[in-house]
Amino acid sequence: MSARDSGARDGRTVYRIRWLPGTDRLHASCFCGAEREFEDPVILWDWLLGHPEGHLPRPPAEHDSPAPAAALV
Amino acid sequence: MIVTEFARNQWYVAAYGHEVGRRQLGRTILNEPILLWRTEDGRAVAMADRCVHRRFPLSESPSHLVGDRVVCGYHGFTYGPDGVCVAVPAQQRIPRTARLRTYPVVEQDSFVWVWIGDREPGDTLPPRAPWLVSPDYATVCGMEPLNARYGLLVDNLLDLSHETYLHGGYIGTPEVAETPITTEVDEDAGIVYVSRHMDDAACPPFYAESTGIKGRITRWQDIEYHPPCLYLLHSRIAPVGSPPPAADGTDSHAFHVEVVYAITPSTENSTYDFWAVARDFALDDEKVSDFLRDSNRTVVLQDVAALNTLEEVIAREPDRYQELSVNIDTGGLAARRLLARMAGDVPASQTAVR
Repeated sequence: MSARDSGARDGRTVYRIRWLPGTDRLHASCFCGAEREFEDPVILWDWLLGHPEGHLPRPPAEHDSPAPAAALV
Repeated sequence: MIVTEFARNQWYVAAYGHEVGRRQLGRTILNEPILLWRTEDGRAVAMADRCVHRRFPLSESPSHLVGDRVVCGYHGFTYGPDGVCVAVPAQQRIPRTARLRTYPVVEQDSFVWVWIGDREPGDTLPPRAPWLVSPDYATVCGMEPLNARYGLLVDNLLDLSHETYLHGGYIGTPEVAETPITTEVDEDAGIVYVSRHMDDAACPPFYAESTGIKGRITRWQDIEYHPPCLYLLHSRIAPVGSPPPAADGTDSHAFHVEVVYAITPSTENSTYDFWAVARDFALDDEKVSDFLRDSNRTVVLQDVAALNTLEEVIAREPDRYQELSVNIDTGGLAARRLLARMAGDVPASQTAVR
């Protein structure tokens, strides 16, 4: 017996929508990295499929950021 | 809107392999009447189910097979498996146009797949459902005709929250409708995934009686829809508290059921609803097979009754009736968009979701 390996593979053009537990909100992630929350799946899909319009990339995670060469003071 | 247009240049399940034999079988797929039969060496053949002469159906008695030839039961026009007419009554000359259209066929995973389109499939193969012929699984299956457009069945299968209400007492429990889903769409592969993982749920009779589990369960539903035709539901059932699958994928503490549907449009308002249930437990237990066959058929017939009613309602209403979509429809909306794209050959970005 083995478990199915389900879900889309990484590294592809994939849209992901997660229903936030305990809420009525849907969290949408575009393949470009843009993310946004919605309460209506129709509006959500309009936004996802509107890529790249309004798709601001996610700010890079801290550990991905190069250390600043100098700090502004 | 519910998709009504057909996606051509695609593979569709026309029949189970066991339905195609030395007696002709007629099926209408995407409005095309298709004759299925098997040659003496066992090869499945699909061709137009209309004699070129007066269009008598070659699947209808007294049409019949003689060796590897089909003889029309009206005037005796005779065709080979390549569709070419080889005999015309009372004359030597066979008209050059006396040829039936033939369809590419792939026999795979217990299904006879037929390519419906205006071009050849090339390297494109049907998606797989290997459990249906795996020695590690026991499978029961059937097909129910649906008097409704295929889009209604796609909507139905992509949103399993309806199990709680339409299939209570069989596969539905309150937790199905209460548990949030995650949805993924792989644009490159053209696949929709919808997952619902219930950590602590009542065990519905469908699984309690087949697995022998007495208490509450962890129930995972992982849908994988390969539009237009193939729908896979990977179902994992385990007693609450059982270990999760191991990192290498082994999962000896759980029961696995692969529920497979092939959604084949027949006409604008009718659909073939092929269903199969493959399990990796109680492989030789005929009582479990009988129970799962009867139960799943009952569930499918509950869907058929509901969708037939819905078809009648929709058919009577104006073209631009209003419907409302909520969170549970996220996957179904994605499927509609992919289908609309396949039917219209329009880019994904230009396919509105409604």
